[in-house]
Amino acid sequence: MLIDAFSQAAQLIIQGDSDLYEILALSIHVSLAALVIAAAVGLIIGAILATRQFHGKQLWVTVIHALMGMPPVVVGLLVYLMLSRAGPLGVLGLLYTPTAMIIAQVILITPIIAALSYQVIDALYLEYRDLFISLNISRTRALKAYLWDARYALMTAILAGFGRAVSEVGAVIIVGGNIDHLTRVMTTAIALETSKGELSLALALGIVLLLLALLVNALVTAIKAYATRHAYS
Amino acid sequence: MLSEINLSLSDEGITMIMGPNGAGKSVLLRCLHGLFQPSKGQIRIFGEDRTETRTPEAMVFQTPVLLRRSLIDNLQFAAPAATAAEIHRCLESVHLTDKAQTPARQLSGGEQQRLAVVRALLTQPRLLFLDEPTASLDPFSVKVIEDLVQQASNRGVKVLFISHDIGQSRRLASDVVFIHSGQVTEHQPADQFFTHTKSTPAQQYLAGQLVL
Repeated sequence: MLIDAFSQAAQLIIQGDSDLYEILALSIHVSLAALVIAAAVGLIIGAILATRQFHGKQLWVTVIHALMGMPPVVVGLLVYLMLSRAGPLGVLGLLYTPTAMIIAQVILITPIIAALSYQVIDALYLEYRDLFISLNISRTRALKAYLWDARYALMTAILAGFGRAVSEVGAVIIVGGNIDHLTRVMTTAIALETSKGELSLALALGIVLLLLALLVNALVTAIKAYATRHAYS
Repeated sequence: MLSEINLSLSDEGITMIMGPNGAGKSVLLRCLHGLFQPSKGQIRIFGEDRTETRTPEAMVFQTPVLLRRSLIDNLQFAAPAATAAEIHRCLESVHLTDKAQTPARQLSGGEQQRLAVVRALLTQPRLLFLDEPTASLDPFSVKVIEDLVQQASNRGVKVLFISHDIGQSRRLASDVVFIHSGQVTEHQPADQFFTHTKSTPAQQYLAGQLVL
């Protein structure tokens, strides 16, 4: 039975099953959109936390780190409450749309990117701070230099965020509703197809998801290796 | 760390700052450069209050701080207005022309420090702070750095140079400030410092007998 399921899954992938590729396309669309927003916000938060001294900074660092481990279902629930008809943003009518899923994923991965960016930029800040003061470098130029010189490490932080977003199920199933041809992504489809006993599509999606995870990790490894080889890490 | 420092330096020449480890030499240099704020007292640079003025100045640290970029990009970052010809001349002066596009952190320790010194000089400082720039370097790098510092001094750059190397201090110093336990125990022209050392800590230091 398992071999049959694998065989059918392989056929779905090779033959370009339209359902499978529609789900894959939506998954990547939602996760990439969330990633772009989360990266912009997370990098700014990480850079500010690392390079500015202000009252309560350590508390913010602790909160950001704590939010990295936020349970997806809780995020899903909170976004659901915000977007549901009775919620404060219910008037926007976003519940059970890809936008709602993007919002949930942004909330989930922004702390990851912010916390990892903070760690990377903070280390660079401690190294460069005196030099930049000595060279009379403006804050803006310094900030650009931190982001540029940490670019390889920041890329891996962003890829970690993408990995988390694309493999997440709890939040997107609550706010997206797993609606066929509208909000069904790889993880929610796997959960549904498995519960129905339709193992071939679930397995095919699982294989694609695994390949995607492998690709992301291979990219992270390649970036790290390049940065180390060229003394940029 | 430092207390009762009352020091007046000439606006030219090379002032060597000597003293045992932990005496407060680096702290003094960082205070003068504005990296540390003294808890009390006043620092005047070329007659102006430290907090109100920013003389063109640069500092080279004991461990060179280089950006994760090529040699050229390190120089260009420090002096954005520098021309390609100026940058080329800089690299030539420290014998690093053939490594212009190499990531700076792939250089050897001596090469990194040569780059750090020439980068500081490229910013055209009027005042140059050097915190043990030649510690643990090969003789060639020491010679290159000493020549650069001497040339800068000849051009009118005031240099404050921390060193434990007595031979180097004899070669370069116009005057010597000796620090012990956070206090200046002696400040003399170099020839007098080495021939007629006054303070006991400085005498013991030069004889290799001073232990903190």
